[in-house]
Amino acid sequence: MTPDLNLITISPAIALTLTGFLIILATLIVPKMSRAFALPLAITGLTVAAWLTLRLWNVNSIAFGGLVVADNFALTFSFIFLIGAGLSLLASLNEHEAGYLLYPEFFAVTMFATLGMLLMAASTHLLIIFLGLETLSISLYVLVAIKRREPASLEAAFKYFLLGAFASAFLLYGIALLYGVSGSFDLKEIATVVHDPLKQGNPLVILGGIFLMIGLGFKVAMFPFHMWAPDVYQGAPTPVAAFMSTCSKAAGFAAMLRVLFSVSNGAASGWVTVLWVVAVLSMFIGNLSAIAQKNVKRMLAFSSIAHAGYILIGVVAWSAMGSASVIFYLLSYTFMNVGAFSVISYLSTDEKEFVDLKDFRGLAYRKPMIAFVMAVFMFSLAGLPPTAGFVGKFYLFAAAVKAGHIPLVVIGVINSMIALYYYLGVVVAMFMREPETAETGPRNLPVALASLLIAVAATFALGLFPSYWIASFELLFTSIL
Amino acid sequence: MIIPISYYLILSGILFTIGVVGVLTRRNAIVIFMSIELMLNAVNLTLIAFSKQFNSLDGHVFVFFVMVVAAAEVAVGLALIVAIFRTKESIFVDDFNLLKW
Repeated sequence: MTPDLNLITISPAIALTLTGFLIILATLIVPKMSRAFALPLAITGLTVAAWLTLRLWNVNSIAFGGLVVADNFALTFSFIFLIGAGLSLLASLNEHEAGYLLYPEFFAVTMFATLGMLLMAASTHLLIIFLGLETLSISLYVLVAIKRREPASLEAAFKYFLLGAFASAFLLYGIALLYGVSGSFDLKEIATVVHDPLKQGNPLVILGGIFLMIGLGFKVAMFPFHMWAPDVYQGAPTPVAAFMSTCSKAAGFAAMLRVLFSVSNGAASGWVTVLWVVAVLSMFIGNLSAIAQKNVKRMLAFSSIAHAGYILIGVVAWSAMGSASVIFYLLSYTFMNVGAFSVISYLSTDEKEFVDLKDFRGLAYRKPMIAFVMAVFMFSLAGLPPTAGFVGKFYLFAAAVKAGHIPLVVIGVINSMIALYYYLGVVVAMFMREPETAETGPRNLPVALASLLIAVAATFALGLFPSYWIASFELLFTSIL
Repeated sequence: MIIPISYYLILSGILFTIGVVGVLTRRNAIVIFMSIELMLNAVNLTLIAFSKQFNSLDGHVFVFFVMVVAAAEVAVGLALIVAIFRTKESIFVDDFNLLKW
């Protein structure tokens, strides 16, 4: 039997890998030029990957005998990853001439991280999900530490590394236990065993499932596996924090949706209850801790824990609409969160990061346009119309109401109001407080504004015209559910 | 004499637990790191035991991937420890206090 390699299925991943190697090779050959071409090369690679992804749309091709599946679900997530990676790379332009982020390795490793995400979303086989997760994680450890002479960056990387490796060991043990029950790593075959009435309540299934969810829950920074997020986002270079908080969360949710929907037995399974509790605690812990923060990056990190909670509401709804709203929210979140981090990155200098709430005082007087853009992202994160964040939350809550989870939605709405407090705190500081200093801040290349402009445009576009996207995302789940 | 699979599973469960306890209680970064490796090897043992039980090669193949990933993780992890030691002269996690833990 000839194995059906079908390399076209993984062509976006191949494009990213080649781009990564090309950047490293080109740096070796012409070291002095590397700064000039690394970013264009990386963006080209991402664009080519996006084009190849587009060509796979509706093809449903399968590679390596079912190990890699490029269905529309995976491709949609691929677009989110590629967009998030591209915007974060554009944001890294802000990190100045002397900045570490202009090391070409930064761009190459970002390519590899994106490759890991693509694989994570595009598989129904636990081996590939594990490999994708590790490719992503190991690349992220390097990216967080890319400012390798800065103690905070290293410390963040090390904490992320230790906890990440710890979580992936749990994920692996879960995979091993599920293999022990079913004799296979394929989610479909595991599902047949899990659904077998004779195997109900088998401790290996329960333990395996819990361990698997620990590994994935760590990646999406949900309670109780959220402890790393504030430290790591604060210490990491800002564009990397933007990339991690959006794309790596999306990758975790992609794998989680895939595993939950193919393996567990429908809305009746105990997972709905567990995720219900986890969602509530993630929202409360994230939002209540964010209130106390004076550092905006740390605040955004806590808010990202809360956002994991909001997204889990869509998972708990356990319907095509719920999952469609999860994807829509992840897409919106990518734009608004990368946007907010880009603003911080844009205003920071090599000497000083622009992260204190005090720094934002009176920003509207010094840089009105930037202050306006930041306000848009804050409103969107808080979930105010007419932005993407509002529509995203609306769909998440609507799906949960339809599924009968009224108390969960009430808690979600209460949390949105708590969140409003600290998001508006930034806006109030920018527009209603007198500036402390008269400094105008750094001068940046105009191209550095690209990520901001794209993110703002998309935040409004998704907020004003959401129905097309929601409808097409819902189609993705007719086959899975 | 055939050793029943439960022996292997109990052994790997014990190894995994030792690893978890090590990660949670030790303060030396390298020892924590070794504990994580112990957890990974406990998983490998489980996989091999099941693989033998099912007479299938899937588990064996998976173990190779785990080893490769563990090696890559070691490379990055030790590099991080060296880089931290250069700035801090310490690898005790209690000294990593720049960011609130």
